[in-house]
Amino acid sequence: MNLHLPILPILAPFLAGVLLLALPDLPMPLRRRIAVLSASIQIAIAAALLAAVGGGEILVYRLGDWPAPWGIVLVADRLAAWMVLITTLLALFAVIYAGDGLDRRGRHFHVLFQMQMFGLAGAFLTGDLFNLFVFFETLLIASYGLLLHGGGRDRVRAGLHYVVLNLIGSTVFLFAAGLIYASLGSLNLADIATRAAQVAPENLGLARAGGLLLLAVFALKAALLPLSLWLPAAYAHTSAPVAALFAIMTKVGAYAILRVDTLVFAGAAGALADLFTPWLLPLALATLSFGMLGALAAQNLRRLAAWLVVASVGTLLTAFSLGTEGIAAGLYYLPHGSIAAALLFLLAESFARRRPVSADFFTPDRDMPHHALWGGLFFASAVAIAGLPPLPGFVGKFLLLRATHEHPAQMWIWGVILLAALVGVIALARAGSRLLFSVTTVDPGAPSPRATAIDTRPEDPPDPPSGARELVAILGLFGLLVALAVAAGPAVDFARATAAQLGARAPYIHAVLGDQP
Amino acid sequence: MEALIALAIGTLTGCGVYLVLRARSFPVVLGLTLLSYAVNLFLLASGRLVIGQPPVIGMAASHADALPQALVLTAIVIGFAMTAFVIMLSLRARAELGNDHVDGKDEGGAPR
Repeated sequence: MNLHLPILPILAPFLAGVLLLALPDLPMPLRRRIAVLSASIQIAIAAALLAAVGGGEILVYRLGDWPAPWGIVLVADRLAAWMVLITTLLALFAVIYAGDGLDRRGRHFHVLFQMQMFGLAGAFLTGDLFNLFVFFETLLIASYGLLLHGGGRDRVRAGLHYVVLNLIGSTVFLFAAGLIYASLGSLNLADIATRAAQVAPENLGLARAGGLLLLAVFALKAALLPLSLWLPAAYAHTSAPVAALFAIMTKVGAYAILRVDTLVFAGAAGALADLFTPWLLPLALATLSFGMLGALAAQNLRRLAAWLVVASVGTLLTAFSLGTEGIAAGLYYLPHGSIAAALLFLLAESFARRRPVSADFFTPDRDMPHHALWGGLFFASAVAIAGLPPLPGFVGKFLLLRATHEHPAQMWIWGVILLAALVGVIALARAGSRLLFSVTTVDPGAPSPRATAIDTRPEDPPDPPSGARELVAILGLFGLLVALAVAAGPAVDFARATAAQLGARAPYIHAVLGDQP
Repeated sequence: MEALIALAIGTLTGCGVYLVLRARSFPVVLGLTLLSYAVNLFLLASGRLVIGQPPVIGMAASHADALPQALVLTAIVIGFAMTAFVIMLSLRARAELGNDHVDGKDEGGAPR
């Protein structure tokens, strides 16, 4: 069992997806049950994996038992297991929410969802650069289907931009992989890491170009600033459960940056050392500021949530650029940022269903049914996403600020992070007061011109709110945030251990390559 | 041979980048196709260009690197699937938005 543990997070969603694809005539309730069961199994596997690697072991799975670097390896360390666990937890609540009617609007929602999970788990667990490309493509093609699920003008337009940009990104990834292979002679990450230290001088330029192209690709996935303009439109126009799952997609880019930065271009990499470092911090701070300005300008709750995803990537990569302490803070902040963004996307959809005239736009509408409940949920989520105590965003940002100790750019980091937090609070307060307090008695039969012009409502008829699944998903995500705050001690200890493991490359390389010279 | 291959890759990439930046979806799809051709050639060249050598170590004084061919094969398959998808999506966008501009807007500016 333990022998095959690292591949199970990849196999479980794949098998569930194939099962759902092979049985197209299953009634929808049964499909939903299979999807929820598969998500629960994936959580159990991810928890088992985390328990297996929690003590610092690095599990290596050699596919076909070919020794690395000739065969393809899967590598499970603390970071990979942590990312897989966060993804599976988020996916469970997204799939529960999707059971509220969204999954009826196309034939293969649950298949695509499972394939997306397959690609995500693979991207986190692979130890091979080209294999990472393949898993990126797997998760991307599933994400194209999910993003467009349900159709509609705005969704198709935003989807076309997203697909074209990501195809260009894939091409650049291949150029980068080719350059790395041409200059360093390997695609296995551990092997690249050992070869990077002794790269031949005539290949140095090629290797640097390849490394920086890789950074550009990962920055596109992570939505780091000059490459983040695609995100708000794509995320704001897709359906809520998909946007909630996509909250983890930007983190795949952040994960890849962190992995390559700490493993391949670490301080010990000789001439290639710290290739990413000069870029990461300024771009991350710019992304954070830009995301918060976008949030301030947003006209509806979904777009606000999308801009906050950009801002949370900025915070995360700021943390990742600050060395071991910063990486620990970032790893604690990462689940909070993803879960809080997912929560806001789900809430936006629930608000839109209950406001017949202006949906989730910040324009007056009739009083919502159960407004105290939904207002309370919005308030609690806003407190979480703005990073106010007692929820974990506060702890994460506190750790981040503490990690800047004696950093030359400390004043800049403090200034940007604290100002961005203030702007975030203002944006969320404005959203809440417009959504909940400005109530009119207009005729619901006449939708406002803005709501029909920009929103996807006409093609996307709201389902009658049943409430139960929505509440389970929203309260579940909120419960995760509370759990992360309550268990802050162990979680921060784990994040520190993970950061320490990333800082020491030798055990990883040894686990993958064995005792070769 | 190096110059020829480099020139071919450069021309394909240049044309691809130019076409991808066009405003209508058909040139964009063509540009993506050219870019994927360029990257396939590039991957093939990443194992260094050798002629007449076996792809097996120890059979001759030098050997051809077989790995880039496996990479290219994977890249071709994925690129083919993605091109098929983006063509279908462009057709869908053409139908939904009433024109083939990537922004869904005609020169006039307003979405139709």
